[in-house]
Amino acid sequence: MTDFAPDELLTIAAARELTDGTTTFVGIGPPGAAANLAQRTHAPNLVLVYESGAIGAKPDRLPLSIGDGILGETADAVVTVPEMFNYWVQPGRIDVGFLGAAQIDRYGNINTTVIGDYASPKVRLPGAGGAPEIAANCGEVIVILRQSKRAFVERVEFVTSVGHGDGSPGYRERLGLRGRGPVKIITDLGKLEVDPETREFVMTALHEGVTREQAIEATGWELRFADDVATLPLPTAEELETLRSLKA
Amino acid sequence: MSAKITTLRDAVAELVHDGDTIALEGFTHLIPVAAGHEIIRQGRRDLTLVRMTPDIVYDQLIGAGCARKLVFSWGGNPGVGSLHRLRDAVENGWPHPLEIEEHSHAGMANRYAASAAGLPFAVMRGYTGTDLVKHTPTIARITCPFTGEELTAVPNLGLDVAIIHAQRADRKGNVQMWGLTGVQKEAVLGARRSLVTVEEIVDELEPMPNQVVLPSWVVTAVAEVPGGARPSYAQGYYDRDNDAYRAWDPISRDREAFTAWLKSEVLA
Repeated sequence: MTDFAPDELLTIAAARELTDGTTTFVGIGPPGAAANLAQRTHAPNLVLVYESGAIGAKPDRLPLSIGDGILGETADAVVTVPEMFNYWVQPGRIDVGFLGAAQIDRYGNINTTVIGDYASPKVRLPGAGGAPEIAANCGEVIVILRQSKRAFVERVEFVTSVGHGDGSPGYRERLGLRGRGPVKIITDLGKLEVDPETREFVMTALHEGVTREQAIEATGWELRFADDVATLPLPTAEELETLRSLKA
Repeated sequence: MSAKITTLRDAVAELVHDGDTIALEGFTHLIPVAAGHEIIRQGRRDLTLVRMTPDIVYDQLIGAGCARKLVFSWGGNPGVGSLHRLRDAVENGWPHPLEIEEHSHAGMANRYAASAAGLPFAVMRGYTGTDLVKHTPTIARITCPFTGEELTAVPNLGLDVAIIHAQRADRKGNVQMWGLTGVQKEAVLGARRSLVTVEEIVDELEPMPNQVVLPSWVVTAVAEVPGGARPSYAQGYYDRDNDAYRAWDPISRDREAFTAWLKSEVLA
């Protein structure tokens, strides 16, 4: 068995969640790597949409930023940023929003703004970027994030992008949010999915070799498990090789 | 009136004043970094800096003490991490306190669109349920007069000056850019004054795929500044210097290292 890093494990697991032929709004870091990997493996017709204005980008290497030249040069269409958000994201044309986070809570609300008080923060994070409207308007959202008590918190300190709010029934509908919101969180320990009854994220799968105790230990809320917890197969040599060649 | 072909130094001296609200735009591509350095050299103060992604150019302006306020939507070093001069200003008030006004990309894009259209605000679906609404006074609810639907309004940016970098201009000052063009057209059309730095001034603008042309009469000044977007990139001219973005991290983390960098790379 080949060795792999935690980020490679979660990137490969996230790539497997993307269905061929869907449109995906892609951020930088693990979400970008996962979407590019999916396009190179099981989902050649995956449409990659970048907030910089590239629609249908087919980069042959992993861009460092969401505005790298390779995106515009390989895209089906290049649009301005106002057009991207107003004509493409806002009406719900994108199937899947792929997001990272600094903090996420049990109802899938996302914080990428501040840790601590807003006016005098302990840590000032980069902020919203495209995420709030991606989370509101894409068909559904998949979040990719390493699992730790620091990141997986009971309630986020700042709601940058809305998940399922306080978990009450119809929370998103009452706000007029039209997408389904976060449905999956892919981590280096496994996969969490939203419970349709409680809107809470529960662990539905663990990577091979990961224990329930590890997942509980890395979660800041009282983690629940699905009745049948699946085991996610380890990355294949082909997936690892493809991912690494994208980064080269 | 057509654009004046001038130098970067003269254009900044004439167009950018202390206390102005100013946007240097370019979404990863075509960031007017050289113009930012000229503003630092000329010692502008109390600027309200507007930019979707402050990037390292605003990290430098903030660290150099040019800014009073930042209006933005994503303040990181793309693909690398934090903007440490921005964080030091927000978290510790160094070199002096920085007021922030924070939006999402969609909100900023709409504010630029409203500015270009000469409207007091733009309307959108966004921000609902987020905590941004509690901290950013320039986000408001509005009811659609036709359907009664609750939507969000964001205001015109009130830009005094917009500065962008483009690939080419002709000798009359008509500006041509292509590739990812972000919100640059909106920034120029939305500002009272504008400066475009270009890679080169040519006799004839040869058409390019996906080009945006700004006619000379909507631009105030054009200055030829080859490499003016480095370490960002200019499609057709040079690539993004990703190593420079990575190298910015240790420089910007440390006040002394930053001050030394400023002296040797900008002020010297």
